[in-house]
Amino acid sequence: MALDKWISVFFLVFSMIYGYSSYNYPLLPFELNMSFLPNTMPMVLSVLGILISCIILFSSKEEKPDGQGALDIDVKRLHEYKLGQAIFMIGAMLAYAVLLRPLGFIPSTIMFLVGCGWILGERKLHIMITAAVVGAVAIWYLVQEVLGIFLKPLPWFMG
Amino acid sequence: MFEGIMLGLETALSFQNLFLVIAGCLIGTLIGMLPGLGPMSIIAIMIPVAITLGDPAAALILLAGVYYGAIFGGSTSSILINAPGVAGTVATSFDGYPMARAGKAGKALTIAAVSSFSGGTIGAILLLGFAPALSSVALLFHSAEYFALMIVGLSAIAAFAGTGKVAKALIMTVMGLMLATVGESALFNAPRFTMGFQDLQSGFSFVTLAMALFALPEALFLVLDPKRGDTSGSNQAIKDLRITKEEAKKIAPVIARQSIQGFLIGVMPGAGATIASFLGYAVERNIAKGAEQEEFGKGSIKGLAAPEAANNAACTGSFVPLLTLGIPGSGTTAILLGALIALNVNPGPRLMIDNPSIFWAVIISMYIGNLVLLVLNLPMIPYIAKLLTIPRNYLIPFILFFTMIGAYIGQNNATELLILVGLGLAATVLRFADFPLAPLLIGFILGGMMENNFARAVNLTDGVSFMYERPMTLGLLIVGALLIIVPAYRKRAAKIRQAGVADGD
Repeated sequence: MALDKWISVFFLVFSMIYGYSSYNYPLLPFELNMSFLPNTMPMVLSVLGILISCIILFSSKEEKPDGQGALDIDVKRLHEYKLGQAIFMIGAMLAYAVLLRPLGFIPSTIMFLVGCGWILGERKLHIMITAAVVGAVAIWYLVQEVLGIFLKPLPWFMG
Repeated sequence: MFEGIMLGLETALSFQNLFLVIAGCLIGTLIGMLPGLGPMSIIAIMIPVAITLGDPAAALILLAGVYYGAIFGGSTSSILINAPGVAGTVATSFDGYPMARAGKAGKALTIAAVSSFSGGTIGAILLLGFAPALSSVALLFHSAEYFALMIVGLSAIAAFAGTGKVAKALIMTVMGLMLATVGESALFNAPRFTMGFQDLQSGFSFVTLAMALFALPEALFLVLDPKRGDTSGSNQAIKDLRITKEEAKKIAPVIARQSIQGFLIGVMPGAGATIASFLGYAVERNIAKGAEQEEFGKGSIKGLAAPEAANNAACTGSFVPLLTLGIPGSGTTAILLGALIALNVNPGPRLMIDNPSIFWAVIISMYIGNLVLLVLNLPMIPYIAKLLTIPRNYLIPFILFFTMIGAYIGQNNATELLILVGLGLAATVLRFADFPLAPLLIGFILGGMMENNFARAVNLTDGVSFMYERPMTLGLLIVGALLIIVPAYRKRAAKIRQAGVADGD
């Protein structure tokens, strides 16, 4: 089964769960007499979602859409792609999300940038670290001092 | 109207806003040139900056500048390295790249810039006439018509999504509408579908969603496919930016035709710069005669001028539904709409009356933006093109970092980053399966408004009778239904004919 069929199965299940939970939405007593309820539109949407995902699921194999040359991304070429690097990058993003607060903006950003560079195969660490330090400090300065948005720069034990 | 234009001039020509136009165009060109980063990703990355400016006129001016700059930057990389950063400039590479290979890169860039400038300017003049006229019609609309209009907008976006993609675009729209129902809404007091998560109380953040849908998948594709970001071949020198009088004479009618055509295509919801540029190229190739037609695809200056004029005029045209109806016609204008709502401005027919300075300042700054691109950016292109030599190992980490920090500083909440990565992964998978993502974002942004108008209309008539009792609503709903049914029917009919089965007549 092609990837888009799997996704339409997911959408079908999702729409069903969404429809179920909107049908069982706990209405407040006074809401029962209103003509438009908080779950009116969600129920309409879930019906639409179920119908359209069924159309995608049961329609015959469609023709290849008009290509866009260099911008095309093809799941059939998945094995040629650098999947490992991409998975490590996603790991790095998750780590950054978790560490940003406890480690502070500057150290976690430097680690993230250098780590991503390393995953991508950069081995000239002195250049990468310099770029990361300059980038992290400059962005921190821009965001905190120029735009006035607070960003905790340093780890928890340094205040 | 004259007062409005003067007010807009005053706002747009203030020192801060002039600076923002120039900065926006430069940033847009710089980032738009990088292969794989389209205007939607760039605008998504710039939104937190624009929102912190606080002034809606300034924010919109900055973002519009970024938008133009990005389209121009996309043309540059199409011409120089045959790697369009934006779908709207793919047609530019048909003739632009052969010209660059023949050593006429400078000339190609100038033609692109002049055509973009003329397209944008003619588009802005048409906008000046179109927008107030449409606004005055839109003032007659009630909530029922607004609801119907949003249905038309959403179905048009699905209908123009491309062959075989209508159902996919529709399901993405529905998903966007579903995502919009998460959290508290203006109508009801209790949060919906938060699954008990505190962080979802106020719904999904629009900036996070925009980043997750556009910037993150692009960055991941750059990781996955090194060829995608291949910028080798960008090292050739760019010289001789001049064009001759004969060449100017040759492209002038092309630019005039394509600017008007592009603008009109841009006004339609769903059809944007991409369709305008391909159609413009095709039309000009059909009009051209003999040897000139032969030259298309091999470095014809007409073939370069047509898509460039058309895509810039279409970009301007796409502001018409945004500014007058408050309905975005494309992914990019949807992002702009989200930014405006975040700044407490409601685009729509009242915008011209309530906030004339924003309305006119944006239109005026479009002229200025086009001028900046021609006067400042074009001479700087040989230097800006050096950016293409930044190695991928440095580029990708920084793109990912900007994406993440953009989502973070809006909310100062690390959970937002986890949501970003999760949605970004989902978006990447959807891109692999060829699901268009712009309808999802447009559905998400229109969802709240659509529900509010729907609820108001239902409450007023105590039912759905407004759908057939109000002629304008009924008319719009029929248009919306036809937009979906006709392409689906034609596709089916074509398939039956192909299969050799008689189709009735």
